[in-house]
Amino acid sequence: MLTTIDLAYWLPVIFAALMVISMFAYVILDGYDLGVGILLELESNTHEKDKMIAAIGPFWDANETWLVLGVGLLLVAFPMAHGVILTALYLPVALMLLGLILRGVAFDFRVKAQAHHQPLWNRLFFVGSLLATVSQGVMLGRYLTGFAPGWGAWGFALLVGASLVAAYALIGASWLIMKSTGALQQRAVVWAQRSVWFAALAAVLVSIATPWVSPRVFDLWFSLPNVFLLAPVPIMSAALFGVIAYSLPKLAQRQRNGNDNFCWIPFAATVSIVLLSFFGLVYSIFPHLVIDQLTIWQAASSTEALQIMFFGAALVLPTIIGYTIYSYRVFWGKAGELSYQ
Amino acid sequence: MSPDALTLLDPVVLARIQFAANITFHILFPTISIAMGWVLLFFKLRFNATGDEKWMAAYGFWVKIFALTFALGVVSGITMSFQFGTNWPGYMKTVGNIAGPLLAYEVLTAFFLEATFLGIMLFGQKKVSNRMHTLATVLVAGGTTLSAFWIIVLNSWMQTPTGFEMINGQAHVTSWLAVIFNPSMPYRLTHMLLASGLTVAFLIAGISAFQWLKGQRQAGVQAALKTGVFLAATLIPLQILVGDMHGLNTLQHQPAKLAAIEGVWETERGAPLLLFALPNSDTRSNDYAISIPKVASLILTHELEGEIKGLNEFAEHPPVAKVFWAFRVMVGVGMLMLLASWLAAWQIRRNGEPQPLVGKLLIGMTFSGWIATVAGWYVTEIGRQPWLVQGVLKTADAISSVPSGMVLSTLLMYLALYVFLLASYISVVFYLAKKAGQPAGEH
Repeated sequence: MLTTIDLAYWLPVIFAALMVISMFAYVILDGYDLGVGILLELESNTHEKDKMIAAIGPFWDANETWLVLGVGLLLVAFPMAHGVILTALYLPVALMLLGLILRGVAFDFRVKAQAHHQPLWNRLFFVGSLLATVSQGVMLGRYLTGFAPGWGAWGFALLVGASLVAAYALIGASWLIMKSTGALQQRAVVWAQRSVWFAALAAVLVSIATPWVSPRVFDLWFSLPNVFLLAPVPIMSAALFGVIAYSLPKLAQRQRNGNDNFCWIPFAATVSIVLLSFFGLVYSIFPHLVIDQLTIWQAASSTEALQIMFFGAALVLPTIIGYTIYSYRVFWGKAGELSYQ
Repeated sequence: MSPDALTLLDPVVLARIQFAANITFHILFPTISIAMGWVLLFFKLRFNATGDEKWMAAYGFWVKIFALTFALGVVSGITMSFQFGTNWPGYMKTVGNIAGPLLAYEVLTAFFLEATFLGIMLFGQKKVSNRMHTLATVLVAGGTTLSAFWIIVLNSWMQTPTGFEMINGQAHVTSWLAVIFNPSMPYRLTHMLLASGLTVAFLIAGISAFQWLKGQRQAGVQAALKTGVFLAATLIPLQILVGDMHGLNTLQHQPAKLAAIEGVWETERGAPLLLFALPNSDTRSNDYAISIPKVASLILTHELEGEIKGLNEFAEHPPVAKVFWAFRVMVGVGMLMLLASWLAAWQIRRNGEPQPLVGKLLIGMTFSGWIATVAGWYVTEIGRQPWLVQGVLKTADAISSVPSGMVLSTLLMYLALYVFLLASYISVVFYLAKKAGQPAGEH
């Protein structure tokens, strides 16, 4: 009896953790893909555009799969919450899907279509990436307010949408700094320098607005002693933004001299900021799946269904991580031309 | 407002149209990528065995179309995974304990595998060993087939559910073996895999014939043409056999669907095979029927006087005309496939190449697999109505409470997008085929 009680408690927790990990992986991995898509509009040279795409070419498909896994886990492990959340997010989900479809197909069409159609597909690549990003931000914003009605809540959601554009642009630029050389790399440093301020501003605004719209989150963060225990989260985030802003001009200078050392610093710092943000989010929401409405235990599938999936996940996830690492090793280092060779 | 406009604003009807539009668009691409992965592996293995560059040329050309197809399949598949929640929240609430693990196993065992090794298959040829590249091809082909397996298991279970009990309105599994190996799964899986094989065979034959008639006589084009034609000629009789067995299975487990397929209203012995008819649900009879006596009973029961239950025996049954006609479109295309592939195969055996007229026939049938597959899916999916899960959950009870206007506006958005993408896909496939003949300038 004791074991069944434990399983009914722990399996939903484990699946919630897996879901958060998938979403984190998605935001980092497809975040840089979408970021490169957003930056594509800023680059006018077709050849340079090709190089930008080459830097995400072998990865984007698998990166996007983390979204499928994250939403899939919501669907299969927490069916009650899946219906509530996705019905409430009907419109932004539809727009995100439109964006992801455009981005995903433009990827292939832009190199295969007739020459005079290629600018159209480049434009659609950008539009799709931007639309998917804004929609994801709006979804997050709607979710954080518990799908509250009214202009204020929607305004907040749009603010989160705009913030995510800055964040993805920063991850995308950081990725390009690592994966490219020469003129493109210099451009990527400039893009990162611009987006880092927007991303920092966005982080500040979201950090203020979230407790503002949600009294529960306010109490969680600003009661004693929580306010002191949690202080490291914003302080470390601010420090990491400082690291990025400080390192970018240095990197640019070094790279002009052909020295590529520490080109990974902006990317690593951005990943760390996202990690801290995720910690803040999970801390604000757990153990709810729909804020103040539905806990993970209320929304979970039956224990036997979770058990079956747990065996599968325990067996397969390490394999997935293994071959994902393998794939990144194969395409390690600077991205070359995109060709089927 | 006219009554028709009112039904169009019915949320159940709208949600069904939207889901049908998405699933119709989605299925076009896995139908190609499932079998094309194996054809690419065949090209690669022939090259490994013979060292003949023509096989690598065929691989190099078709892997591009594979990548394009795969991308369209992935993005439209993601739409499906979201729509389970947005359009049919009642579905996961009722059968989530069964559908959930099956979908989870698809993502975990197949989706990541395909997506990761596709990167290596497409862009890694110079970065990994030839052996590793072949292995990546194997894993991508295996991944797409494994995907199909899990999805067909779930779909078959919705048609012929077994291995569960209902507790407080929720399905709970009593035997996973019974869920997975439900009565219609083996037939449906085989039928779908063969459909995929035929779709790819006709696509390759059609595009290669197009190149052939345009004067592209490279060895690679010839190799692909032969592969497509002989694959089609081999698979079509198998498909007819499996389709017949699948029909017998449907007679046993979903008699209402079968009665709709055959247009049988009254239970009868020695039922005729209807070649043409307009099923009329008002008079509950067929208008303008042209039929061959006793043949339906012969095909389905393998006896001239075998009994087929009529639609009037069922309190609820699927919409007859749609199922009836979708079935005839599928069978009609299948017959055309038999004719075209055997004719082309016979000519290639005799002369080494098809005559121009047969080549044109093959070009005309480039996407015939799509028509047959979609028609087949309509038979099976519309034939299950009004049930979403046969005998367990009605389609109308799984619907979400999203306002009709929102469903309608997103439906129009999806339709416009799908028409645009489909037109782009077909034109780019033919454009690539044309461009492959130009000596240089290929990136």
